[in-house]
Amino acid sequence: MTLARAASFRTSVVALCTLFGFAAGALVVLTVLLVATGHDASVALSALVRGAFGSWYAITSATFVRMVPLGLAGLAVAIAFRAGLLNIGAEGQLLIGAAAAAAAFALVGNSPPMLALPTIVCVGALAGGAWAAIAAWLRQRFGVLEVISTIMLNFVAKYLIGWLVRGPLQEPTRVNPQSTSLPAALHLPTLIPDTQLHFGFVLLAALAVALWWWLRSTAGGFRLRAVGANPSAAASAGRINVARTTLVAFVLSGAIAGLAGSVEYTGVTYALYDNFSPGYGYTAIAVALLAGLHPLGVLATALLFGALEAGANAMQRDAGVPSVVVSVVEATLILLVVAAQRWQSRSVTGAGGAA
Amino acid sequence: MTNVLDISSGFLEATVRWATPLAFAALGECVSERAGVINIGLEGAIICGALGATVAAGVAGVGVGFAAGALAGGLMAVIFALFTVWMRADQIITGTAITMLSLGLTGTLYTSFYGASGVALSTPTMHAFAIPLLNQLPLVGRALFAQPAVTYTLYFLTPLTAWWMVRTQAGLALRAVGEQPEAAIAAGIKPRRVQTAAVLFAGAMAGLAGATLVLAQAGTFVEGMSAGRGFIAIAIVVLGRWSPLRVVGAALLFGAANSLQSLFQAAGWQHVPYQLFLAVPYLLTLVVLAGASSRSAAPAALGRREIGTQ
Repeated sequence: MTLARAASFRTSVVALCTLFGFAAGALVVLTVLLVATGHDASVALSALVRGAFGSWYAITSATFVRMVPLGLAGLAVAIAFRAGLLNIGAEGQLLIGAAAAAAAFALVGNSPPMLALPTIVCVGALAGGAWAAIAAWLRQRFGVLEVISTIMLNFVAKYLIGWLVRGPLQEPTRVNPQSTSLPAALHLPTLIPDTQLHFGFVLLAALAVALWWWLRSTAGGFRLRAVGANPSAAASAGRINVARTTLVAFVLSGAIAGLAGSVEYTGVTYALYDNFSPGYGYTAIAVALLAGLHPLGVLATALLFGALEAGANAMQRDAGVPSVVVSVVEATLILLVVAAQRWQSRSVTGAGGAA
Repeated sequence: MTNVLDISSGFLEATVRWATPLAFAALGECVSERAGVINIGLEGAIICGALGATVAAGVAGVGVGFAAGALAGGLMAVIFALFTVWMRADQIITGTAITMLSLGLTGTLYTSFYGASGVALSTPTMHAFAIPLLNQLPLVGRALFAQPAVTYTLYFLTPLTAWWMVRTQAGLALRAVGEQPEAAIAAGIKPRRVQTAAVLFAGAMAGLAGATLVLAQAGTFVEGMSAGRGFIAIAIVVLGRWSPLRVVGAALLFGAANSLQSLFQAAGWQHVPYQLFLAVPYLLTLVVLAGASSRSAAPAALGRREIGTQ
């Protein structure tokens, strides 16, 4: 017992040190790029830190607010990857979640807010799950690789929204390609007065803890991990219904991504439009990988990425550095994690990475 | 009547224009996937090719621009090959990272060096070159034979690739690695070399696609101008069921879907929801993918990480 606890303490210390190592590596790459493009690295980096953590407002209204969709979508990706499913479709599932939430508002917007708001948020999650179920069905019925089908479905979702905001869901004046704005009564409640931080932050934290517990301590969570580690062994030795477990994992993943969409809609944007998501579903892959696909780890990496995105905006404003530079940092982080995993699995024979 | 003919001819011309960069990227991806490597970092190679072509063409002209585009795309493919072929890292994850890296890198470099001055960088462009007589053909003449010269290279490259893949020793080795890597090793083929070559070819072709966007179409670089074409190329390869000739056909279909918007405008059908038509090729790809014949057409070892006992 004490041995196991000591071992788990040691692994978490190692995990934390590795995370800092990766962050340091990415920081080096960022600094080199800043200097190479003729920017003052110290001015830019201090703007980055200030934008992310420089004030109470920056922390709550920039970093934490960006952390919510990244964290939720990151959880979605982590669950799928844990089950051995390469769900690249978090972006599409998030978009469909937001679109369904906007459609739900059009239908139930007149009911009492206490009833309408939870309905709108939940419909988004359900729709995201249903969208993911298409890819799950294609995989099971026809053997279609989920990597390809989810990429296709991302595009279908994008164009579907393009049509919705110019057609059935367009605001009544029919001038702008966007949906009717949510009235204040249907906004997610603000957590701290005078900040932008909304209730989605609580949802993210609660969901991360719940998923961590579920994966660790329940039969369903065990089945999911077993199928992800080795589907044929899970079927023969564990008598696990692989098809069913896969479907559950895929739908759960899609529902969480859909929730990310409806939470962003009711908590931040209040309307649906083209380019609703600046690629949260793709960044989420980096969030999940860097967290080692661990739900609680996702909270930490989503905070890091939320801070990066918030800081990048400040860096653009105060130091003239294009904010798109964070993509380079995120990509470097993914590549470092992948390289470290490969290096590790080469030294420990037989240990294949989860993703 | 002539009006209808004009509109259709214009539509076909736009279709070929849209399809050209898609066909370059998809042809490269087709070769790479036949070797068992799926590269979703293609999007990154395209945008790098576009920036490389912009910078080089501004200094040394259109020809050098195309070469630089291919080189820039190839450089991204080197990173991709290093991770996927040599370290056997996951292809999808690495590809995602390469795309993010490229979009960030090109955006940062372009804005830092050219954006600050506020002057959009315009490059010399390759004008349409009409082939005498052939361009007089009714309906398809202008579409097929009054395009920039880069489009014509596809007319040779496509059948050449198809022939190479089926009829040559190297093409056989490529397909063997993608279908039965262990058998390929037993036959004395080195999968890593074959896959590296295929990935580099795909990167260079994607770079050419990016160069085409800038030098034969837009005339300037725009941040994020690849606009998902790398992902579309992957759909095209699936729709074309991994055969070069069919892949180019599929590229034309995607080109047609993207040209519908201007067709509807020209025909005065402003109310037709063209966004839904844009989604059609992707749905079609899913349907084709679900069909039995396409699953057997997919390279058996596509996306596989570990190969034999290398």
